[in-house]
Amino acid sequence: MIYVDNISKSFGKQQVLSGISVQFMEGKTNLIIGASGSGKTVLLKAIAGLHNIDSGKILYDNVDFTGLDKKQQKEIHKQMGMLFQGAALFDFATARENVRFPLDFFTDWSMAQKNERVDFCLHQVNLSDVGNKYPSELSGGMKKRVGIARAIVMNPSYLFCDEPNSGLDPQTAIVIDQLISKLTHEYNMTTIINTHDMNSVMAIGEKLVFLYQGKKEWEGSKDDILHADNKALNDFVFASEMARLIKKPRS
Amino acid sequence: MIKKTLELVGEYFLLMKRVFTRPEKWRIFWKQCLVETVNLGLTSVPLIGIISIAIGAVLVIQTAYNIENPFIPKMYVGYMVRESLILEFSCTMVALILAGKVGSNISSDIGTMRLTEQIDAMEMMGINSANYLILPKVVSICLFNPILMFFSFMVGILGGWLIVAATGLITLSQYITGLRFAFNGYYIVYAATKMVVFSFIIVTVSALYGYFPKENSMEVGRASTRSIVTICLLILISDLMLTQMMLN
Repeated sequence: MIYVDNISKSFGKQQVLSGISVQFMEGKTNLIIGASGSGKTVLLKAIAGLHNIDSGKILYDNVDFTGLDKKQQKEIHKQMGMLFQGAALFDFATARENVRFPLDFFTDWSMAQKNERVDFCLHQVNLSDVGNKYPSELSGGMKKRVGIARAIVMNPSYLFCDEPNSGLDPQTAIVIDQLISKLTHEYNMTTIINTHDMNSVMAIGEKLVFLYQGKKEWEGSKDDILHADNKALNDFVFASEMARLIKKPRS
Repeated sequence: MIKKTLELVGEYFLLMKRVFTRPEKWRIFWKQCLVETVNLGLTSVPLIGIISIAIGAVLVIQTAYNIENPFIPKMYVGYMVRESLILEFSCTMVALILAGKVGSNISSDIGTMRLTEQIDAMEMMGINSANYLILPKVVSICLFNPILMFFSFMVGILGGWLIVAATGLITLSQYITGLRFAFNGYYIVYAATKMVVFSFIIVTVSALYGYFPKENSMEVGRASTRSIVTICLLILISDLMLTQMMLN
């Protein structure tokens, strides 16, 4: 279980996050939603330990992550996987080597065992045949899927996804969403996803947290979101013409 | 300006604290050292070879041109070429050239990795990215560059020999006598020491400029340029200090 307790973060004089408290659901897909610049990525990276926070606490299974030393943080990091916005695959390595990277560092497995695990993870993301290609030879969707395979290779308890659908066509975006949701439930991971894609919200969101100008404005489920009376949330959710038409009751 | 410089010095020492830690796995570390030796060291050999052969040849022509006095033996041309190459060219000048080639390569590579979140991805896995990315470069370059310096010295001597043979400014025997005249082996130690220090500066300073977050790709380019300027200044200052310490 991940619990964020009253965290704040600023860059210089710019306050990016103010007093955010959220409890994320264990073994579910938790979505952080909000417009661009609302602080989603900073919050996700703060939870993942990539940004130091100014105040507050981040608890992993009731252990205060922010109070741990580097060595102890590293142990928790080994239980995390992350899919970055641009996939962040290592340019110097093939898809297979990218997925194998954490195994090389943190396991004493034989090469055969590592290869078996890599094959399994690539199969999970339906990319068994691109293992020997470099990131520059892969499409955006493939990169994301290799990124997911790399994120789950160590069998993590927590999965973080930063805008997994950005830059993808709607069909591929759905594939990525379904894949993340499937893996979350299959491996009982606590997944936190940053997105501003309402399709993702309605398709896989089990818990939703809405950020507005660096503050938590609303939280609830996808069933609640369409009926919420929060103006900022409604402006975000019903921003598109199609969403407005759906909301408008038939005469 | 002073505040920024002090901040940069602080960042440098904080980064070095993360770089000089025990590698996660020695096997991966030595493999990376080998990769970096090829990528940063061996690829510099042709460039250094071409420049050294040309400088050796030019030194012969310039020295021969300046020794007009018939009382100064012509073999001093070889002697001057040897001393110039070993004392300054093959270490300091080669280091300045490598600052441009290797320094910008390291700075832009690491800067791009930072920009594309590849460094964050390593940190996320629990890998000390500074140690993984920078330490093998420091070790491989500090070990390989003294060899490169010796290579530059030998090729420079060869360049001089070729121009002597081609132009007949002096005889080959005069040139070779000069090369062997009053040789001081300590100069090799002095030059190699300088080269190790310069190599350390090249790798660590360029890594510093690349490692810290950048907002866009233009910033990566600017950081790379700034790193080369800083490295060149630091090389010249440390050259002065080391020369004062080791030759006085």
